[in-house]
Amino acid sequence: MSVELKLDGDKLTAYLTGDIDHHTAAGMRAEIDRALRQNSIKILTLDFSGVTFMDSSGIGLVMGRQKLACELGGRCRVADPPAYISKVMKISGIGRLCEIVDTRAPVRTGSHRAGGEEQ
Amino acid sequence: MKKCINEMKLSFSAVSENEAFSRACVSSFVALLDPYISELAELKTAVSEAVTNCIVHAYRGQPGGVVWIHMRLYSDRRVYIKIRDKGCGIADIDRAMQPLFTTAPEEERAGLGFAVMESFTDQLRVRSSRQRGTTVVMEKTLSEKEKDGYSDLQDTAAGGRKLRAGTSLC
Ligand SMILES: Nc1ncnc2c1ncn2[C@@H]1O[C@H](COP(=O)(O)OP(=O)(O)OP(=O)(O)O)[C@@H](O)[C@H]1O
Ligand SMILES: [Mg+2]
Repeated sequence: MSVELKLDGDKLTAYLTGDIDHHTAAGMRAEIDRALRQNSIKILTLDFSGVTFMDSSGIGLVMGRQKLACELGGRCRVADPPAYISKVMKISGIGRLCEIVDTRAPVRTGSHRAGGEEQ
Repeated sequence: MKKCINEMKLSFSAVSENEAFSRACVSSFVALLDPYISELAELKTAVSEAVTNCIVHAYRGQPGGVVWIHMRLYSDRRVYIKIRDKGCGIADIDRAMQPLFTTAPEEERAGLGFAVMESFTDQLRVRSSRQRGTTVVMEKTLSEKEKDGYSDLQDTAAGGRKLRAGTSLC
């Protein structure tokens, strides 16, 4: 499957890999939504570092997950999109709806501090 | 008028599996012009938008739909791509092309396909008639080849360097 899920308390990270288009987005959506509904999630992170291609179907995927995460009392963020995907995100203005973070930034102190991942 | 140096025509069933297939075909054809990775990524994305629109909107999942792609490469490095369907057509093209306008919000469409096609190509033309179908024509002129290939800093996509997309990347 093109999405791998990692649950850490109330944080859920979805590692997306491969191409995101209309054909593949449906399966990714179903997997993420199942995990979102089964757990009480405060922060859903969509990790884009392994994504090789994305068109506007990926924007729909982010918008939809942001909406659902919000409805369930959490929020959604996007992590580490490659440059060619950042361009599509920029055009869409998705950054106004949902935080885009770079977890590969040089400053990273100890991992897994309770609730301390945000800057 | 610059000379057409290569041409291809392709038609395929309007099924979602063929979204990736059409991108692969277009990128291996464009690779003959030795484009930069960023230019190739932009063309692939624009083509994916147009083809997906045929599959999602034109035929609305009805079986038997066909998508046609016609491409030409010109001696001045211009790429011409025409993508056509014989589906339901677009009632109001100006409205359809507005960012965030979509007739399928419940399917998680963002309404950004035309905006992406517009910003990733030099020229976008759309013709449509109801019940007859839609034709999208996109043109993009690829940047000139440089002798050393690494001097232009404009391409941040490749970490400040322009990288040629080898055929292996298609
Ligand atoms: N080939 C087509 N045939 C019929 N209608 C189309 C076609 N292409 C686009 N449309 C119409 O134009 C609208 C806008 O298209 P656009 O690609 O910009 O957004 P979208 O497809 O709705 O969403 P997204 O592309 O972001 O997933 C569509 O919602 C649809 O109503
Ligand atoms: Mg579209």
